[in-house]
Amino acid sequence: MSRKFLSGNEAFAEGIRLARPQVISAYPITPQTIVVERLSEMVEDGSLSAEYVHVESEHSALSCAIGASAAGARAFTATSSQGLLYMAECLYYASGGRFPIVMMNADRSTALPWNIYGDQRDSLSQLDSGWIQAYAENAQEALDLALMSYKIAENKDVSTPFMANLDGFVLTHTYEPVDIPDREQADKFLPPYETDNRIDFENPKNMAFSAGPDTNYIFKFKEHEGVLAARDVIAETEKEFAEIFGRKYTGLVENYLTEDADYILVTLGSIAGLCRETADKLRAEGIKAGVVRIRYMRPFPHREIAEALKNAKAYGVLEKDISFGSEGTVYTNVNSALKKADVNIKGYNFIGGLGGRNISASDIEDIFDGISKGTSNVNFIGIGGDSNG
Amino acid sequence: MKEILWLGRGGQGAFTAAKLLGAAYTIDSDDKYALAFPSFGPERRGAPVRAFTKLDTKPITDRSQTEKADLIVILDDTLYDPQLSGLLKEGGKIIVNTKGNISGTVSFDAENTAAEFRLPTVNTVMLGLVSGLSAVVTADEAVQAINGYMPEKIRERNINALLKAVGEVSE
Repeated sequence: MSRKFLSGNEAFAEGIRLARPQVISAYPITPQTIVVERLSEMVEDGSLSAEYVHVESEHSALSCAIGASAAGARAFTATSSQGLLYMAECLYYASGGRFPIVMMNADRSTALPWNIYGDQRDSLSQLDSGWIQAYAENAQEALDLALMSYKIAENKDVSTPFMANLDGFVLTHTYEPVDIPDREQADKFLPPYETDNRIDFENPKNMAFSAGPDTNYIFKFKEHEGVLAARDVIAETEKEFAEIFGRKYTGLVENYLTEDADYILVTLGSIAGLCRETADKLRAEGIKAGVVRIRYMRPFPHREIAEALKNAKAYGVLEKDISFGSEGTVYTNVNSALKKADVNIKGYNFIGGLGGRNISASDIEDIFDGISKGTSNVNFIGIGGDSNG
Repeated sequence: MKEILWLGRGGQGAFTAAKLLGAAYTIDSDDKYALAFPSFGPERRGAPVRAFTKLDTKPITDRSQTEKADLIVILDDTLYDPQLSGLLKEGGKIIVNTKGNISGTVSFDAENTAAEFRLPTVNTVMLGLVSGLSAVVTADEAVQAINGYMPEKIRERNINALLKAVGEVSE
């Protein structure tokens, strides 16, 4: 193990180097991030043996990864913001074809007004594309996710592509000390990719075919079951990861002081640390605050969230996202989880950080204040409630 | 937690200095933590940029921008503004690269030192001032960070410039 001072992008690239992808495809223009530059340097200096393909667009980047995966190769690509939206068509080909590609997405704003700062509207708009979606909080978790992602995606019961999300700038461009595992340990953890879901001249078969109305929905049911199967596979993978590398992760959610909390803030990504610090501060003042950090948006932690919130008096959901004319999508998902579990407590949505706007400690205190005293249903931090009341 | 705010212009290496400080602080110990990040956004040469370094002996989970700093380090005196003192914590210091003497700050002609070592930027000289004046990192830790994170061909000149700056402000 070695310790280095790296950005989230660089940490993720180190994790991918250890995962030994055989094909990396990338379109290196804005809003792409440094992750693919670092990987190209690794291929150049021989520390990573992979076919590195420069393509002419994000659409082609994912198409190339799909082709590589269909040939039985472990494939990687990365994108961000409008780049992710441009490859949206291909996201469905990858998931429908059950190709366990791993893609890093730097969570950044969508146009217009043009802005490439941090924001989660890019990836959250693609929740229905059939990909597993994870959200890292810090650079160490990003590196570890890079390594775990292939093991989860390539599991035979899962066979689903994996999108690892890193908050733009706050995580992707922020430097911090990161432990880089040894190559031998990484190889022990993650064996080479083997699959029957590939082009094989010895055993030719039909792939990526059409399916009419009578069978199409059966494929969709199986796709749904594949993402759901990731629930257990994530737990097993994290257990094995902890045994080899000593770092423990907590599955689909990470709870903080939720057991006896009256007021719980549910959030995702790199803002969670500030939320936990604020919870500590409020606890010192006698207010029982807690935090749930969603680590996986797909499969969605329905049971875990209901379990964490069931004894609370009220909750809030903080997200860098808005589905215009409705509410934040994470809030919608959380509400569905609570409804199914018959948890009937007051909930409020807090929209913040759009277009990279800083979320401060006092903003989080105001959010907890809103949760405990009651506020509008959908609140824009620093602006107020929406006109829906 | 110690918080350092760096002010410079695009191309002057303020963020590089912010990173080197974080790397230096954590280089010898697994029990020290640091975050270094720029004022986010597209990079433009000459435009004012801010960079932040946070240093602590426990993991740093607050990734928000620094609101009150222990040190403000200004690489270009055209960016100095008396109101910056409002961003300082109690007992905080402002260090400025300037040919003149700005009252209420530690004024230092870093350009002169940089020129002596044929360096086009003052960032490692300013890092040396931070080390010499605040002791958040030792000169040796800063040298190790330069050795670990700067391209080989510019290491020696930067190390020499840094050590000279440390020497000029240390007792």
